[in-house]
Amino acid sequence: MSHGNGYSTGRVDLDLIAQMIAPGSRVLDVGCGDGELLELLTRKKNVDGRGVELSQEGVNACVARGLSVVQGDADTDLADYPDDAFDYVILSQTIQATRNPREVLRAMKRIGRHVVVSFPNFGHWRVRLQLLFSGRMPETPSLGHSWYDTPNIHLCTLLDFTKLCDDLGLAIEDVVTVSGETTRRLTRPGAIANLLAGDAVFLLSRHDRQTR
Amino acid sequence: MNTIDRAGDEKRPDDGGRVGAQSATATFGADEPLALDSGVSLSPFTIAYTTYGTLNADKSNVVLICHALTLDQYAASAHPTTGKAGWWPHMVGPGQPIDTDRFFVICPNVIGGCMGTTGPKDIDPATGKPYGLDFPVITIGDMVRAQAMLLDRLGIGDLFCVVGGSMGGMQVLQWAAAYPGRVFAAIPIATAARHSAQNIAFHEVGRQAIMADPEWQQGAYLIEGTNPAKGLAVARMAAHITYLSETALHRKFGRNLQDRETVTYGFDADFQIESYLRHQGSTFVDRFDANSYLYLTRAMDYFDLADDYGGVLANAFRGTKARFCVVSFTSDWLFPTSDSRQTVHALNAVAANVSFVEIRTDKGHDAFLLDEPEMFATLRGFIDSAARTRGLGA
Repeated sequence: MSHGNGYSTGRVDLDLIAQMIAPGSRVLDVGCGDGELLELLTRKKNVDGRGVELSQEGVNACVARGLSVVQGDADTDLADYPDDAFDYVILSQTIQATRNPREVLRAMKRIGRHVVVSFPNFGHWRVRLQLLFSGRMPETPSLGHSWYDTPNIHLCTLLDFTKLCDDLGLAIEDVVTVSGETTRRLTRPGAIANLLAGDAVFLLSRHDRQTR
Repeated sequence: MNTIDRAGDEKRPDDGGRVGAQSATATFGADEPLALDSGVSLSPFTIAYTTYGTLNADKSNVVLICHALTLDQYAASAHPTTGKAGWWPHMVGPGQPIDTDRFFVICPNVIGGCMGTTGPKDIDPATGKPYGLDFPVITIGDMVRAQAMLLDRLGIGDLFCVVGGSMGGMQVLQWAAAYPGRVFAAIPIATAARHSAQNIAFHEVGRQAIMADPEWQQGAYLIEGTNPAKGLAVARMAAHITYLSETALHRKFGRNLQDRETVTYGFDADFQIESYLRHQGSTFVDRFDANSYLYLTRAMDYFDLADDYGGVLANAFRGTKARFCVVSFTSDWLFPTSDSRQTVHALNAVAANVSFVEIRTDKGHDAFLLDEPEMFATLRGFIDSAARTRGLGA
């Protein structure tokens, strides 16, 4: 799974994700691209990292960095991983490009004690205004494709994603929103964040884990 | 203790040019029998092998190449019978992914083979005649056990890397399972942790072709002075089809006719593909022993790594410290990607360091022997990063 919208966002979310990961933990990065995040986590957080990546170029780049990465598809190949195999399963800028985000998220919950998801917020005011005034499908820096050839087939807003987390029994532990240079830490996104955030990073965990 | 030069062993420099090829044999006497999975103890036995490159001072740069069914120890140097260059020229050599300027490469002929390692065409000390079918049935595990004995003989403890395709890949998996402490990096290519029913079926067709040749003489053709060349050629022809893909066959041959304008209304080789297969069959018999073909195909058929570990493949790899790079090819229908994914699945289950890549190609199973730049890019990256981790420099 390559990052749905390439690397044009400047990858500020990579640093935000790294801040959420406990040192020395076991991490699976789904849609790990060329391994930038995994290498960052290995170097800075001393994690034991693994990756899943759809593209040949991505896998080759990762393997050349010394990372352990399996060529595969988030939609089908997460089934290959046993329950509770990782402390964190990360899906960075990829969920909107999966065929079945709900099942992908469910698989991540099964595999990892924590789930980290970053994605572009389709509820951002600029997106809303584009559709309202131009009457055409929005194209933004992080969503720079025409409607007919975009890999981003399952876009959502912060509120949509929050609802899905509730449905799947995923507790929101931490949310960081990004708008331009500004990042904000929230406990749970509301209508304002849904309007202002360009991107968001969610740290999730299983409800049942807390009651154990 | 380096004993390859002791009495009974021989060593000769090869015409390997820059790869520094050296072919040698190591003989194991009555005091060092090979304990086979069948319960039989094979003794004496000899392993023929070729090395490339130079062993470093702490013996940490050893790469073991495990060959496929009908290949041999001449991975990067000329075959003594055919005179053809080594079978893995794109992978092994100076500056290649398996860089003979940096690594000491050992490529042994498997036990049961016919290129100098003890096999069914060799003399049975009990009778003074060629073994034929009296040669004990061997397994992938036996091949690997013999290789481990060779390494012990050479004074080599750990392997930096063990690599191979097809039957060679089976040996790689067996190495990782049987000697987890001796393998730093493992590269199983176009292979499976167990041989499929379809593949056993194809092997059986080949074996029956050999056995149906009257010159096979119940395996005693060396004693009878006959040669089951027709049967072995048919076996090779059938097998060769499984190494290719429909797309590759169509691209290479289509329905083109061989040196003629129209079909002959007979059973001559009208089509190029027929001519090609006949050629493959007839050249194969010059370099391969029919009984060896029976034994080696059987070894592959018997391979089911999980079977030795309570039926759970993951248990074969539990606790492994090795890093794996599993490779499959999109058009390989003999060892399809699903076979490789089973291995990856098992390695994931024990949290092993595993990378996996499915190379897009239309060349079928044989792709692992051919010029596949994407595969080389993957393996070069994998081997180089492993070498850095191992402190072998770039």
